[in-house]
Amino acid sequence: MTIGLGHYLTVAAILFTIGIFGIFLNRKNVIIILMSIELILLAVNVNLVAFSAFLGDLVGQVYALLVLTVAAAESAIGLAILVAYYRNRGSIAVDDINLMKG
Amino acid sequence: MIFPALFFYLFAGVCIAAAVMVIAARNPVHSVLFLILAFVNAAALFILLGAEFLAMILIIVYVGAVLVLFLFVVMMLDVDFAQLRQGFMQYLPIGAFLGGILLIELVLVLVSWTIGPDVQRTIATPIPPIASMFNAEALGHVLYTRYVYFFQAAGVVLLIAMIGAIVLTLRHKPHVKRQNIADQIARTKATAIDIVKVRPDQGL
Repeated sequence: MTIGLGHYLTVAAILFTIGIFGIFLNRKNVIIILMSIELILLAVNVNLVAFSAFLGDLVGQVYALLVLTVAAAESAIGLAILVAYYRNRGSIAVDDINLMKG
Repeated sequence: MIFPALFFYLFAGVCIAAAVMVIAARNPVHSVLFLILAFVNAAALFILLGAEFLAMILIIVYVGAVLVLFLFVVMMLDVDFAQLRQGFMQYLPIGAFLGGILLIELVLVLVSWTIGPDVQRTIATPIPPIASMFNAEALGHVLYTRYVYFFQAAGVVLLIAMIGAIVLTLRHKPHVKRQNIADQIARTKATAIDIVKVRPDQGL
């Protein structure tokens, strides 16, 4: 019983789907939406590292490092926006975020 | 060779179960803790794949910094989370529908793809054998030479994120004494010193 590339890709696909599902399921809670985005990016990273390992190419790991950086920056900015929004409105309900009528 | 497979199934199973609990937990604090569990298990999967450096980065940077930041924000905001969970069941069908479609698409891709025959020839930076160089060393050799601009760009992204987060959350309180460096530098002798000539025997 050897673990192949397909096993890792399956794990990544399931994680990705859970992330998408979480965005729909917790539509009112921005914090959980941010966490779901983290899960999606983690799934992407698992894909990149799995291909890197099974094809024997280091570029996948370099790219996963960059994805990690961007994910960290994104969550920091997202949480900063969340804190600023909570300070102004006293709530983080997504339904109330309609100032720009978007 | 049963142990690698066993550990793979252990880590993958815990990772996926934790990910499910992230989106299903009632309390966001529990969600963050389950997210930490999912990331630690993903790091273990990375170690199984031979990417030790990324696994350590995932644990140190992600679990140590980003997810603790999440935890701080969740605990700092005094939000009625029960109210935010209303509509959970309402969005369940559409979410399950779209998630199911996505999973089916991914499965279709997964069962039908093959690695192209000429991929092995086009590998840009082959992973050196573990006997000659560790993963972190090999990654450093390509990251600081061939991909140094990407590395710098990642640094710029982090710098901008840091400045952005500070700007977004900085709040000036009106009654706090603070240093005004421009005013201090702009002082001249004329504005700062008042010379008083005192005549002898008379005082001021």
